[in-house]
Amino acid sequence: MPQTSSGAQAPTVYDVAIVGSGAGGGMAAHQLTKAGAKVVLLEAGGYWDNQSAQYSAMLKMPYDSPRRGASTPDRPFGEWDACIGGWQIPGEPYTKAEGTKFDWWRGRMLGGRTNHWGRISLRFGPDDFRRKSLDGLGDDWPISYDDVKPYYDEVDTLIGIFGSRENLPNDPDGIFHDAPAPRYYEHLVKRTADRMSITCIPARLSIITKPLNGRAPCHYCGQCNRGCTTNSNFSSGNVLVMPALRTGRLTLLTDAMVREVMTGADGRATGVAYIDKKTGEDREVRAKIVVLAASALESSRIMMNSKSSHHPQGLGNASGVLGKYITDTTGTDVAGFIPSLVDVPRHNADGVGGGHVFMPWWLDNKTLDFPRGYHIEVWGGLGMPSYGFMGGIQSYPEGGGYGAGLKQQYRKYWGATVGFSGRGEMIPNDKSFAELDPQVKDRFGIPVLKFHWEWADHELKQVKHMQETFRAIVAEMGGEVWSPMPTREQGYGIANGGAIIHELGGARMGQRERDSAVNKHCQAWDCDNLFVADGAPFVSQADKNPTWTILALSMRTSAFITQQRKAGVL
Amino acid sequence: MSEMNRREALQNLLAIPAGLAMAPGALERAAAHAHDALEPPHETPAQGGSEQGAGAQSAAARPYSPKHFTTDEWRLVRLLVNYVIPRDARSGSATDAGVPEFMDFMLGENAGMRTWMKNGLGWMNAECRARFGKGFVSSNDVQRREVLDAIAFPKKSAAELKAGADFFSNFRNLTASGFFSSRVGIADLGYIGNRPVTTWQGTPPEVMRKLGL
Repeated sequence: MPQTSSGAQAPTVYDVAIVGSGAGGGMAAHQLTKAGAKVVLLEAGGYWDNQSAQYSAMLKMPYDSPRRGASTPDRPFGEWDACIGGWQIPGEPYTKAEGTKFDWWRGRMLGGRTNHWGRISLRFGPDDFRRKSLDGLGDDWPISYDDVKPYYDEVDTLIGIFGSRENLPNDPDGIFHDAPAPRYYEHLVKRTADRMSITCIPARLSIITKPLNGRAPCHYCGQCNRGCTTNSNFSSGNVLVMPALRTGRLTLLTDAMVREVMTGADGRATGVAYIDKKTGEDREVRAKIVVLAASALESSRIMMNSKSSHHPQGLGNASGVLGKYITDTTGTDVAGFIPSLVDVPRHNADGVGGGHVFMPWWLDNKTLDFPRGYHIEVWGGLGMPSYGFMGGIQSYPEGGGYGAGLKQQYRKYWGATVGFSGRGEMIPNDKSFAELDPQVKDRFGIPVLKFHWEWADHELKQVKHMQETFRAIVAEMGGEVWSPMPTREQGYGIANGGAIIHELGGARMGQRERDSAVNKHCQAWDCDNLFVADGAPFVSQADKNPTWTILALSMRTSAFITQQRKAGVL
Repeated sequence: MSEMNRREALQNLLAIPAGLAMAPGALERAAAHAHDALEPPHETPAQGGSEQGAGAQSAAARPYSPKHFTTDEWRLVRLLVNYVIPRDARSGSATDAGVPEFMDFMLGENAGMRTWMKNGLGWMNAECRARFGKGFVSSNDVQRREVLDAIAFPKKSAAELKAGADFFSNFRNLTASGFFSSRVGIADLGYIGNRPVTTWQGTPPEVMRKLGL
């Protein structure tokens, strides 16, 4: 059973209250309890434990459910996806300015969206921390790769990651377990990419391929997203929060929807106010230090809603920067039919729950008409047939049909499609930001966010390049893309803001209070015992998935908090 | 599945609602037409066009009672899924694999899908009635195939049949979803994953050879 408490017990002042149990919050809970702090961790969703069959659907077959894996309202990625949440949550709306296309994913469970992600775990490179110095766009971080490197190393050894040593200048190597060998179609992609001088290397996923810290290595069932019962991949709940609970110094409050950070007469944080979703009652916890890790935009929202006479615009918002400089990864996908893969001999091609190869950014933007890069994820194979199986068979050469001939089509074409997803860097811009909606509140009475979103030419040209590149790779593989090249009017097929679920910024870090919400320790400029440990402090998006950097920065912030506590400053 | 595979899968899942959203008024008009006074109380299967014609097992033996199909719709849907995926030398038919029951469950999950299905089956009946003076179930195998041939290849189907062709494409997707995610369909495909593997061996050499890798 979860070691939760009702919150109704005798008043306690915790050393630290952490809001959110995803990558950032889980890491803070792990590191701070290890350092001896008495911590309370608040999670807006329910309890989850991968190791219990009550939760994990690992190794279930599609016919074990009448739904065959189709999505449900609280599981948009399929009924067996571990992550409870979505772009729409009943009673928790958000609003958008006219013309804005933005979708906001929220995870609502222990471990947050680390239950859901593809485990792609990329370090930011040295250039990613100083883009403005390099091309004049965006901003530099107040810290460098060298400041973060020791924490990346420690995250690698604590959580585990596979990959390969490549010595690429802006895609630093980590401390890797061996990467699994490619699947059949990945061999073809790799060979094609080599011919086209596109860097194609083993994937870097937070999945262990040898035992680590009491966790068994991966068993290659391909179902990472369902919650791994052997914890062979990384999810914050089982890999960070559970060990923190075992210290005896962590109190976990689930179904605790945080309303605001409370502050005292001196303007310093005194704890957080939350709604116990099980009873609907307003409650609070007191703490000497508050760490927000509710996701980039949820933490920003909490700070905006934490208004007091000391902080009339909310916490961390003396300069009005809160909610600004928000970004998401750019994305577009192209799939191709590869005739040479028709009738692929049947074998177990599941592997880990993600691609075994990927392409990091391989070109020099100085020679291109857009300033920032992207990486490419590759998919295809003989994955478990489930709801949605080979939808759109009419696109294959026969053009549709029915009967015995159709049945044969499904057999021969299964496994003959290969897809490419571009994931690129967006540069923060003045037209993309979040603010509190002056009218709308959620079911808890908390003011909601209103989003403004606009892609710049930078992103559109980058996505155009993705489309052209993926179509060229498919052609080089001897294949065919059925979807027409999207037009400029169609944004070249760019996914909506928020669709890639890599939102960052909103409470960015900086050198000076006048243009940032937190300092280089992710400590609020205007409230020294408030920290932000998720994606909100990010200054740039990079062409990398953000989770590994969220973990490293949370670890770094936790080390700073521990040092300040020991020094008696906090 | 990887993150991007799941995104792709999500797009596939959305294919049916998207198809619904695009279903033009013609489908609804056809469905309304199907409900007019010409509709007999119950369709009687044609002599020469029984379910065996589409390779089905006996439907009468099944005790399943559908929750979201009328008796007539259930007859039609059990026929139609087997036209899409009949029994052959390797595996059973869509009804053998429980596809109609799967559809009945999914209709219970999704009101939009219920409307789409009813309109689509209504379109099938209306088209048969316009051509042969009787609904799909009462038409014979040759007649049914005439209609299917006209809508099963959307790029080649006539513009005025677009509503039916769109419906059939989505119906085919749903049938394949139900069939290939069943025990029968998984065995047919030869899917052998989703099981613990001690050591990942990569791609077997014979597969590499066959694919010229």
